[in-house]
Amino acid sequence: MTTPKKSPNSSSKFLLFLGCAIPYRVTSYEISTRKVLAKLGITLIEMTEYNCCGLPIDPVNHEMMVALAARNLCLAEKQGLNIVTLCPGCAGTLRKVNKKLKQNKELRERINGYLKETGLEFKGTIEAKHLLQLLVEDIGLERIKDKVKRPLTNMNVTEHAGCHVSRPADGVDFENPEDPEALKNLIEVTGAKYVDYTDKIACCGAPIAGVNDRIPLQLTREKLVHVKEAGAQALITVCPFCHMMFDTNQPRIERMFNESFKTPVLHYPQLLGLAMDFSPEELDLKGLRVDPTKIVSQIHGAKKGDSKW
Amino acid sequence: MSKHDSKSEENKVTESAPIKAHEFDSHFKYEITEEHGGEKLKHCFQCGTCTSDCPIARFSDSYRPRTLIRMALLGLKDRVLSSETLWLCAACFTCTDRCPQDIEVASIIRILRNAAVHRGGIPLIFKELGSSILETGIAYRIPELRLKKRETTGLPQLPKSNPEDIAKLAKATGFSKLLKRNEKT
Ligand code: SF4
Ligand code: SF4
Repeated sequence: MTTPKKSPNSSSKFLLFLGCAIPYRVTSYEISTRKVLAKLGITLIEMTEYNCCGLPIDPVNHEMMVALAARNLCLAEKQGLNIVTLCPGCAGTLRKVNKKLKQNKELRERINGYLKETGLEFKGTIEAKHLLQLLVEDIGLERIKDKVKRPLTNMNVTEHAGCHVSRPADGVDFENPEDPEALKNLIEVTGAKYVDYTDKIACCGAPIAGVNDRIPLQLTREKLVHVKEAGAQALITVCPFCHMMFDTNQPRIERMFNESFKTPVLHYPQLLGLAMDFSPEELDLKGLRVDPTKIVSQIHGAKKGDSKW
Repeated sequence: MSKHDSKSEENKVTESAPIKAHEFDSHFKYEITEEHGGEKLKHCFQCGTCTSDCPIARFSDSYRPRTLIRMALLGLKDRVLSSETLWLCAACFTCTDRCPQDIEVASIIRILRNAAVHRGGIPLIFKELGSSILETGIAYRIPELRLKKRETTGLPQLPKSNPEDIAKLAKATGFSKLLKRNEKT
């Protein structure tokens, strides 16, 4: 295997790699993604089998991380389809390992030695992508814009894309992590006004929440302060872990620092879905911790306090 | 909360205690440069970019990636591998992307963590994630209720996992042995 089959420039059929965090507690991201992608002409195929991408145990044993990621890639190769993930951690891991295994013969042979016992072999025939990459590369901003039925005009929106969408730049190979554009452009096609804020590309701290209960909350709090100062009415994420920091933990941060943010945090497909005229129920906005009624009312022109959805 | 909580992080003294001559292990840096991602360790000229751009360092009194790199270069093996701050890296890769010497700083920290685990020092959370992967294939044990709810909300069933095959990989890579070794710590 020296020249892996090149993946087509764009495709409309992907294997959905769900990872661990989304089925565990961030189903609203999955629900809204499925709705929106179907409308955009993307067919999601379920994986017949999968396991953790490997990232969570990289600090314990790098070799096992590579083996777990490789196993997923092999399973996708058997189904003959490219992978899309909703979690940037999964995407980054699968992309990095895929690249390493394709480039490094010695590593590939060693990992294939382990995989052999499970009847699998890494061949290097597929690609893995994060949802953002699929949206901008395989669908394209123009086609997305065509599906916007209810432009979110007069709404100030900003993003926290999450580090692993583009870092490390060498390995993830997506966009410039110092000046990211994908999510900004995707927010703008909904008709919303994109607002910038201080330290936009800074990390939320989520990965160490299990070993330190203070620093991640301080990092997230500081970002929430900047988002509020910038006048954003909603913060958009594309990562289950970032979402838990900004949405699930927001009331806790408000209590801890005696501050009030009340900033709704939507998964990008929820924002796009609203602009495509899906109902809040269809996008599972109920699954959010911070009440998004205010922005939904603004979009739907409903009366204030009307939260029947 | 494990013993790696915020309080013990602030109280730790190992890094600041005076260094004794016998602590330097001149071979240690080569153990790191042999690993994937550690190749460029020796290129570090201590500019401090990694620390000044590190989100964790901003809110921690003790976590400094530049210091970890320096300790690794000096061969302060025991000190760096038993340092609790090693576990504070968020693996955001900002340092890796910005190091002017192209050093994969975050990967070196991962190599140091792997080595620390090898000696039996694994934070509780990673033990839990690891054993969940061995048992269920994924890092979190999803409650039965959640799985039922998938059905009622019209979501497809989760793909199945294959603990037998995961166990084979864990054995071949030495992962299961590592978890066992760390059972009592
Ligand atoms: S940024 Fe690179 S060269 Fe500078 S101190 Fe950190 S590791 Fe060393
Ligand atoms: S990868 Fe770790 S050391 Fe590097 S900037 Fe991020 S948190 Fe700091």
